[in-house]
Amino acid sequence: MTGEAVGLPLRASRWQVRARLLWRSWRESWALFSHNRVGLLGLGIIALFGLMALAHPVLIRTVWDPLIYDPVVGYSFDEVLQPAPPSARHLLGTDPLGRDILSQLMHSARAEFALGLMAALVTVLVGTAIGAVSAYYGGLIDALLMRMADIIVMMPTVSLLIVLGVLFDLNMYSLAIVIGIISGFGGTAIIIKSQALSLKVKPYIEAARVAGGSHRHIILVHIVPNLLPLAFLYMMFTVTAAIFSEAVLSFFGILNIRMSWGIMIHTAQNAGYLLGGTRYWWLLMPAGVSITLLCGSFYLVGRALDEVVNPRLRRR
Amino acid sequence: MSGGGDILVRAEGLTKLFPISRNLFLRPTSFVHAVEDVSFLIKKGETLGLVGESGCGKTTLGKLLVKLLEPDSGHIYFPVDGEPRDVVTLPGRDLLRFRRQAQMIFQDPYESMNPRRTIYDTVAEPMVVQGIGSIREREKRVAEMLALVGVSPPQLYLFRYPHELSGGQRQRVAVARSLILNPSLVVADEPTSMLDVSVRSGVMKLMLELQQRFNISYLYVTHDLAVARYMCNRIAVMYCGKVVEMAEAEELLGHPLHPYTRALLSAAPDPDPGYVRPPVEIKGGVTTPVNPPKRCRFYDRCPMAAQVCEEKDHPPLEDKGGAHYVACYRV
Repeated sequence: MTGEAVGLPLRASRWQVRARLLWRSWRESWALFSHNRVGLLGLGIIALFGLMALAHPVLIRTVWDPLIYDPVVGYSFDEVLQPAPPSARHLLGTDPLGRDILSQLMHSARAEFALGLMAALVTVLVGTAIGAVSAYYGGLIDALLMRMADIIVMMPTVSLLIVLGVLFDLNMYSLAIVIGIISGFGGTAIIIKSQALSLKVKPYIEAARVAGGSHRHIILVHIVPNLLPLAFLYMMFTVTAAIFSEAVLSFFGILNIRMSWGIMIHTAQNAGYLLGGTRYWWLLMPAGVSITLLCGSFYLVGRALDEVVNPRLRRR
Repeated sequence: MSGGGDILVRAEGLTKLFPISRNLFLRPTSFVHAVEDVSFLIKKGETLGLVGESGCGKTTLGKLLVKLLEPDSGHIYFPVDGEPRDVVTLPGRDLLRFRRQAQMIFQDPYESMNPRRTIYDTVAEPMVVQGIGSIREREKRVAEMLALVGVSPPQLYLFRYPHELSGGQRQRVAVARSLILNPSLVVADEPTSMLDVSVRSGVMKLMLELQQRFNISYLYVTHDLAVARYMCNRIAVMYCGKVVEMAEAEELLGHPLHPYTRALLSAAPDPDPGYVRPPVEIKGGVTTPVNPPKRCRFYDRCPMAAQVCEEKDHPPLEDKGGAHYVACYRV
């Protein structure tokens, strides 16, 4: 029907109008976000790692011989001594097992993204569901869920993950789900619940009830969409936590994964190069810097999003 | 005015107590007596005004009437699908039918619309949750309603967000939302008190116009006596959870009988700069509605208080002639 308000012809279809509205709200958010230099820097770094992750399979298929450059089973026959320092052939050198570090770094980026985003998605799902239900229904449900959240917040995350890693065979996916649940059920759920509590008493919720809206309608149509910006923000912080936890667990060698930034440090440590000072810098620095940069950039993006979501933080 | 006319709603002995300490294990011991033993009726096409100071239970009573709150006791008789039913004990399916008939307009036009939904979404919501009409029909009906409440041309506003509208426009949209299902009763909770004075009368005129056109009954909650005089056929005065006086609007404002109503009227602002305000008769501050003692609620402040007012429970609402109801032993 009526597209005039959004600059479309009058007879534009309903979905065109909706799409245009969505696009407009995205553009407005982007305008706010792009004011924040630090957020843009974070986004740039994330994009860089994204490119690395995408480039790896292409390079393996075209330039790099899998026999030499495979991140897990490759071996550099050209070097006499392993680990070999950076050279034209191996831009970041090789590890103690003769594998190309750059290839490992790029290969791992993909897994880190998958881990971080999956953990973040689980966090948002769990945190929003629990926060909304707990705030909306209150009473016994609320008391039970929030006490469970308290228990999860109380437990030290890394130690808990180490115990879980030892007891169960954790791979990248199960780790993502575990981190997502811990983060989503713990702090995120509590924060989202407090937001939901302030939404619950808005007159538009009462208006929906007077119209005959069911609990499901009110939660899904009125509460959850208003929680999503906040949930999205905590999603960013979860990515940071997930990548960091993966590095810690891999360093201890209790994750069942083939290659990751944590594994790279683990390999260097196992072969005794961790205490070698800066002489074997290429064994530690690439993975360490990558972890720091990617964690940091998601955090920076989160902070910039915080300003978009939370109007009180805006500098105008 | 409301001569004869059929009765639409009959409320009997409505009571709502809010527990003060909510604890999982302990039974609450103190209650706010927000609304206590209130009975009234509203005829078809009539406006009943509900006036009183802040915190006297006006809004709670309004919410009880549209089942936003469950009363602790009492009955509300209202025709659902033609036959009068007690709304308080209505089962789920019939409750949905009741919701088509009884709607509400809220005080704050800024908070009564979801900021993430377009005007179309907001106005069409009652049709959507009631499962009425196809998408095309809903669009047509929403556009009609917007034109009717003076938000026009509708196609320019359908896909805007609430924050793009002015306060007056929003309240008009809220009126459109409340009327889209053709209700017979609308509870209006101070719909103009948050609006700019310049747009206030526009919204009130609109509500009167729509009432004439669709034969709607209003329960009009307000603290502004001038607004009540303009909008209402009958007025009920509430004090501390009780209706203390109820009569035809002109009768009540012209010949107030209850001492509280008189004090309320004498406190109303007068545009004449030379006006000398008569000395205020009542004393003290607002009586607390928490566990009120068993005596007249107005006892502490009443200039006419006597022994009987303290010894007996709150006086019942009695007809003092000409459908002028007063709850006072001394009148």
